[in-house]
Amino acid sequence: MRLTCTVNGTEQQVDDVWEGESLLYVLRERMGLPGSKNACEQGECGSCTVYLDGLPVCACLVAAGQAEGREVGTVEALADADALHPVQQAFVDAGAVQCGFCTPGLLVATHDLITRHGRPSDAETREALAGNLCRCTGYEKILDAVRLAADRMAGTAAGAGTEAGGDR
Amino acid sequence: MSTPTRTPTGAPAHLTGSGGGGGVGADAVRPDGVLKVRGEFAYGSDLWMSDMLWGVTLRSPHPYARIRAIDTSAAAALPGVSAVLTADDVPGEKVYGLELADQPVLAVDVVRYQGEPVALVAADHPDTARRAAALIRVDYDVWEPVTDARTALGHPTWNMVHDSTPEVTELSRESAHLHPEGNLVRHLKVRTGNPEPTAEVVVVGEYEVGMQDQAFLGPESGLAVPAEDGGVELYVATQWLHVDQRQICSALGLPPEQVRLSLAGVGGAFGGREDLSMHVHACLLALRTGRPVKMSYNREESFFGHVHRHPATMRYEHGATRDGQLVYVKASIYFDGGAYASSTPAVVGNGGTMGIGPYVVPNVHVDCYGAYTNNPPCGAMRGFGSVQTAFAYESQMDALAAELGMDPVELRCRNAMEEGSATPTGQVIDSPAPVAELLRRLEAMPMPAPADHGDVDLRDMPGGVSNTTHGEGVRRGVGYAVAYKNVAFSEGYDDHSTARVRLEVVGGEATATVHTAAAEVGQGLVTVEQQIARTELGVDQVTVHPKDTTVGSAGSTSASRQTYVTGGAVKAACEEVRGQVLARAEQLVGRTVPDLRLAGGLVVSDAEGIAVPLVDVLGDDVLEETLEWRHRPTEAIDPETGQGFAHVQYAFSAHRAVVDVDTELGLVKVVEMACTQDVGKAINPQAVVGQIQGGTAQGLGLAVMEEILIKDGKVRNPSFTDYLIPTILDMPPMRIEVLEYADPHAPYGLRGVGEAPNISSGPAVLAAIRAATGLPLTRVPVRPEHLTGT
Repeated sequence: MRLTCTVNGTEQQVDDVWEGESLLYVLRERMGLPGSKNACEQGECGSCTVYLDGLPVCACLVAAGQAEGREVGTVEALADADALHPVQQAFVDAGAVQCGFCTPGLLVATHDLITRHGRPSDAETREALAGNLCRCTGYEKILDAVRLAADRMAGTAAGAGTEAGGDR
Repeated sequence: MSTPTRTPTGAPAHLTGSGGGGGVGADAVRPDGVLKVRGEFAYGSDLWMSDMLWGVTLRSPHPYARIRAIDTSAAAALPGVSAVLTADDVPGEKVYGLELADQPVLAVDVVRYQGEPVALVAADHPDTARRAAALIRVDYDVWEPVTDARTALGHPTWNMVHDSTPEVTELSRESAHLHPEGNLVRHLKVRTGNPEPTAEVVVVGEYEVGMQDQAFLGPESGLAVPAEDGGVELYVATQWLHVDQRQICSALGLPPEQVRLSLAGVGGAFGGREDLSMHVHACLLALRTGRPVKMSYNREESFFGHVHRHPATMRYEHGATRDGQLVYVKASIYFDGGAYASSTPAVVGNGGTMGIGPYVVPNVHVDCYGAYTNNPPCGAMRGFGSVQTAFAYESQMDALAAELGMDPVELRCRNAMEEGSATPTGQVIDSPAPVAELLRRLEAMPMPAPADHGDVDLRDMPGGVSNTTHGEGVRRGVGYAVAYKNVAFSEGYDDHSTARVRLEVVGGEATATVHTAAAEVGQGLVTVEQQIARTELGVDQVTVHPKDTTVGSAGSTSASRQTYVTGGAVKAACEEVRGQVLARAEQLVGRTVPDLRLAGGLVVSDAEGIAVPLVDVLGDDVLEETLEWRHRPTEAIDPETGQGFAHVQYAFSAHRAVVDVDTELGLVKVVEMACTQDVGKAINPQAVVGQIQGGTAQGLGLAVMEEILIKDGKVRNPSFTDYLIPTILDMPPMRIEVLEYADPHAPYGLRGVGEAPNISSGPAVLAAIRAATGLPLTRVPVRPEHLTGT
């Protein structure tokens, strides 16, 4: 089948997609966007978290055809060409990246969390990120990164006079 | 042959950026961090070539069976399929292994565990390959599996163990021999002191540890590319490129120069990538089809595709005086090695030599066994043979303390090993061993706030937002544990690493390049390599060359050894390069300058007021040194007594766990974990703390949730739905205190870090749950039914 959708702001058209393929497979193997990771492929680990029409979803659980005509946002679009997004920079600075396989999914989930909550409490962060497994860090530095990113984005937003969270 | 790219338009397969600067002792930023947060870091499963095929593996559904026949015709006939291979297509040695070559590349006549690879398919789409694999007809004669280690060895009752047992008893003769030499992989004895000791107080316990999985997130993946010389290039996520190369060469019947390996990005390892998985399979398919072949396991296949932590059954007897002095320890330890040996011999070595913990005991009698069974193969996992025994010996220390009416920390401190103490293997500890101090510092840390039953946040209660309790039936408990772990390879192994260091002027700046084959699996070795080069050469710009087999072996990224051994190699190579630079500088100056050194991109002598830019000394020349580096040798241990200088270094850590237990529903909430660890020298403090936090999480996981459930040799939960690892909701805040008592024998005084915190955290959680419930709890993971008696 032919799949047409908007990915990271650009309309994409892919031919010969099998009905059984997931959005994750299409992103990774057909569109050349392997940033979203394939760790469990059954919606348990969150490594493939992407935005679908602005809501975070596990791309492995979305049949490719379900993305027809919709907007997909992946980790590849968080940074602009030169600068990392504050959420990305915070993960680097806080030491929240070890093997990094969970990182893309956590970044999208964290971006969504801070966009919605500004400065989430630790309890809110834990709830929001409970669907993203990390095997390396023990999560402490991920919490550090979320706090750091939220602080920085709040600071930026206050300085710019705009709503906390910023645009993706 | 071209290098694979991660995407049709993407970056090279494996880049490392320049990082954020910082030498030894600094919180240097990892050079691959930016790539990882951009989603641009090329993990094994991200590799891609335009004409590549996908490989899949057909695996045995039976734990033990004879293969009568395999019919691949229907699979081969499926459109899109390029190759279907069986054991007959393996051109070289049919079996491989880390220590013993006993594991078939593809099953030959017999399968010995559920999930054993039987056949391979390459096709143009992974689903096509999977459908083809399902069309392969294998005719099995199913046999009764051997599923219990003690039964496999003919020691089904504990009583037999302390007889000076003949290795093969009547029972083991009746038990099927899974391998020609029988079912014993290794029996290690440790004997010191009086063989018939007596004591005023004796406690006896039997303990069981379930099968834990490394559960790294990045699935086993790689891309094999056939080369024009008839060889193959393999890009693979692994822990040890050169030991893979050795085994692949053997299986393919090719010389090392025709089997070239490069490290693909590794999404975690924890021991699970020390054995081969898809390596030979992808190479076989690539060589047969003449096209690049990618293999990437899904999660279920990952559970079948790598070795696990050995499950263990253990019986311990501790004797002490009434004032709490340990008199003797007797222990029988059984590791279930599963169907193939993997690293079971070394796991038995660790289990036996360190099996009584970091305590001074005059009389020791330990028997440690590793057995073949028809369970999944077990091998390396973080903590390597010490995790299991720590659950037993720390449980025993708590039981003994209760029997003596003594504080458990006090009992431990009273018997704690220290510098100058002898281990049960007769090795004198010749570097700091602050066991008691680690415990005392834990005790002194503030406790978390008491559970407030009046105004609880449900999210902090056992059961969390499931709203199962508001504090009624919840009991708090506190538990302590301490452990030690050998660093690097032991028992006389020639444990070395190779480093190539180059110094040259690039873009007007002195730049160092470090080339080793040491696998970066997430732990941060690439950062450490940069830090050491910056420190030793006084330059800021350090490039880490991609890891491959064009430089000598670095040994395995395991045993907490890479910062020690490869770090030592990088340091030594830098020192050689530095010697060349200083000699050149002295030539420029025209005389010998005693205190000449490198700093800030300059050759300097404060005493003589010399400051020559490094770029002037180097000019257009490239200075390069390659050398092998070894830590001081260890020695084989006596097979009858276990005596010998077996381990080069020990790492020490201690944990305090605070838990709340819903005693009505059997739910556990870990409230806080505190850890003290001696790391000798924190080369990168941020990374050190990250290792301690991550190791703590894996120990907590084994204590309360992680287990591969096996029934009749079959795995019941090969998914992240059913094999549970800690989430961010399961992990509590952690207090961490890092001590730095330099080891005089190690580079910079450092100690390996990664494993020790994985060993002491679980027993501390178990102790805390016992304290909360008053239950004996002799098996991990602890499940709700163990707490409610249902």
